[in-house]
Amino acid sequence: MQSFTTLTSSLLPLDRPNVDTDAIIPKQYLKSVKKSGFGINLFDDWRYLDPGDPDQDNSHRRIDTDFILNNAQYKNAQILLARDNYGCGSSREHAVWAMLDYGFRAVISTSFADIFFSNCYKNGLLPIVLEKDAVDKLFDESLNKPDYSVSIDLDRQQVTSDAIGTCSFDIDEFRKHCMLNGLDEIGITLTYEDKIHAYEDKLKVSSPWLFING
Amino acid sequence: MTGLSLYDKLWNSHVVHTQDDDTSLIYIDRHLVHEVTSPQAFESLRLAGRAPWRKASVLAVPDHNVPTKDRDKEIADPISRKQLQALDENCNFFALQKFEMNDPRQGIVHVIGPEQGASLPGMTIVCGDSHTSTHGALAALAFGIGTSEVEHVLATQCLLLRKTKSMRVNIHGVLAKGVYSKDIVLALIANIGTAGGNGHTIEFCGEAIESLSIEARMTICNMSIEAGARAGVIGVDDKTIEYIAGRPFAPKNAMWDAAVKSWRQLVSDDDASFDSTVDLDASQLSPQVSWGTSPEMVVPVDGMVPDPDTESNATKAEGMRNALAYMGLTPGQAINQIKVDKVFIGSCTNSRIEDLREAAKVVQGKQLASNVKLGMIVPGSGLVKRQAEQEGLDQIFKAAGFEWRDPGCSMCLGMNADQLESGERCASTSNRNFEGRQGQGGRTHLVSPAMATAAGIAGHFDDARKYFN
Ligand code: SF4
Repeated sequence: MQSFTTLTSSLLPLDRPNVDTDAIIPKQYLKSVKKSGFGINLFDDWRYLDPGDPDQDNSHRRIDTDFILNNAQYKNAQILLARDNYGCGSSREHAVWAMLDYGFRAVISTSFADIFFSNCYKNGLLPIVLEKDAVDKLFDESLNKPDYSVSIDLDRQQVTSDAIGTCSFDIDEFRKHCMLNGLDEIGITLTYEDKIHAYEDKLKVSSPWLFING
Repeated sequence: MTGLSLYDKLWNSHVVHTQDDDTSLIYIDRHLVHEVTSPQAFESLRLAGRAPWRKASVLAVPDHNVPTKDRDKEIADPISRKQLQALDENCNFFALQKFEMNDPRQGIVHVIGPEQGASLPGMTIVCGDSHTSTHGALAALAFGIGTSEVEHVLATQCLLLRKTKSMRVNIHGVLAKGVYSKDIVLALIANIGTAGGNGHTIEFCGEAIESLSIEARMTICNMSIEAGARAGVIGVDDKTIEYIAGRPFAPKNAMWDAAVKSWRQLVSDDDASFDSTVDLDASQLSPQVSWGTSPEMVVPVDGMVPDPDTESNATKAEGMRNALAYMGLTPGQAINQIKVDKVFIGSCTNSRIEDLREAAKVVQGKQLASNVKLGMIVPGSGLVKRQAEQEGLDQIFKAAGFEWRDPGCSMCLGMNADQLESGERCASTSNRNFEGRQGQGGRTHLVSPAMATAAGIAGHFDDARKYFN
C-alpha cells in the first residue's frame, strides 16, 4: 500500500450528497479481475454522455462538459471534496481503486458511509471528516477558484487553507500508523497467529457446530 | 452492571485480542464468497504466498454475473465469462467449497447461506457484499466487507474492527394484509434517512418483528445497509430454531441440542442499553413505493411525489430536484398513476419462496397489462425455484405473461444481460434505486413483491392490499 504523509493540492468539489458507489464506478466495470485501470471510468455515468462498456475505447465517447470532472481547470486536483454520506451503497472496493487510479489521494467530506470509509484506509486513500462549516467554506472557495488549494498533514491530523485556517481531524491511531507507513494489515494480524489458534481451539470445544462442513 | 445487547454478546464472543486503541481482532466463522469482489483478493493472496486460514469456513457461489436463461449455452459476455471462470479456478486452486452455476443449490449468496444452514445463530458472517446484513435475521453478526478485507479474512480468519454503536428499532403493532416487511424497512429508511444508521448495528425488535417469519425478517436486515447501518440483527426465538432445523450445514442430534441451548442466549438482556432507539408503528403502515434515486425517497402508495420547494434543507432539496429530473416525475403526481414498463421480482431482498407466493397471489388468473414490456421472476436460488415449481407458482406467473428465470442477482444490478433501457421505469423488489443501478438511465421504484406484481397487472402502481381483502 502507498503511504500517505502530507499533501498539498487543489480540490475537485463534487456538490451533491449521498454519492453512491454505483455512481463512483458503475457495475459493468466490476467484471475486471484487476485492481488497476478503473480511473478512466470514475463517475462514468456522469462523465460521459453515451453508455460505456469495459472493453471500449473511451477516447471516442462524448463527454458531458457540464460535469465538473471534465472541467480542465480541475484536472490536477488530488483531493475530492464531497458532501454528506459519500460512498454509500455497495461494498465494491473498485470505487476506491477508481479514485486512486484517477489520481485522488484524499477525500474531504462531512460524513462517509462505513464500508467505503474502511476500504479507503486499506488502499492509501485518506478520508477526512471536517465540520460542515469548514466543508461549506471549501466548497465556496473551490467552486469559484479551481486552483484553490489546501494542505493535509496526516501526522499532525490537520487540514490547512486560508479560508478555514487549520482544522484538525480524527483518525484511529492504528489506521494512521498503517497509512503513514504504508503497512500491510495482514502481516500485522499474523503476528497474533498464536492467539487466533488458541481462540479457535477453544471454539472447537464450546461450539463445534461452527466447524461443520456441509 | 447493565445487561448486554445481542450485539454485545455476538461481539464479545468473537474477540481474539483487543489492541490498546480499542480495535479488536474479531474471529470470523463463515466467509461467503462470490465472483465480483473476490478475484483481486485471491490474486493478492497468491502473490503473497499465503493460503486460506480455514478452508471449511468458506462457501463460494457465483451470482452477480450469471445469466438467468439459456444456461446450457456459453455465456455471451466474454468478460462475465472470465470472471466466473476466475471464481472456479480460484476455488479449485485453494480447494474451497463452491456451488457451481449449474448446481441446483446455486443462487444469490444471501439466499443460499441461510437456506443451506451455512449461516447460523451466533456466527460472525462476512461476504464481500454489503447486503451480508441479511443473515443477521438469524441472530448472527453479519456484515459486508471490501476486497482487502476478503483477503484479510482468507489469510487470517479475522478482521481488525472497532465496535459500532448500537441502535434499537422497535416496531410496534402488526402489519395489515398486503403490507410486508419490505414496507416496514422502506418506511424506516424514509424516516431515519440513508445515513441514519451510519456507524451502528441495528437490532430490530417489537411485536411486528415477532410476528414475522424468518424470511420476512431477512428482508428487513437485508436493507439495514440502506439505512447506513453496518449490520442488522434480530434475536433468536422459536421461529429461528425451527427455520434452521434439518438444513444441510446445521448440526444434528446431540450437537443440535447443545447448539439450540447456546442459541437461546442470543437475545438482548432486558436491561441492555443502546446508543439510540427508534420507534415505528407497523399497524398503520400502507404499502410503500420509492419515488427517487435514494432508498430514503419513499412515500406510501396512496401518496404523491413530493415537492422540493417545501424542503427547508437546501442540499436535500437539490438532491430531490436531481432525483425528480432523473426519474422523469413532477411534484404532486399521484404515485398510483405512475406507469411502469417493467416488473422485476428478485434480489437478495425479496426472492425467497414466501416472496414468490405473495407475488403469485396477486397474479393468479390475471394478465400483465399491455403497457408492461417485461415481467421477470428471478428466484433467489435453484432450490427456491424448484420449490416454487412444485407448488405450481411458475405456471401462475407464466400464464400471466411473466418470464420465469434461473437464479442470480439479475436486474438488481444488471451486471448480466438483464437491464433496463434508458428511460424505462421498473417496479422492482430489489434494494437500491440509485441512478443507473438497473441499467444506465433506468428508473427504479422499490416495492414489495405483491406491489411489484400489482403494478404489473394494473400497468401502474396500485395498492396491493386490495388483492388480500
Ligand atoms: S441481489 Fe442485488 S443486492 Fe443482493 S447480492 Fe445480488 S447484486 Fe447485491
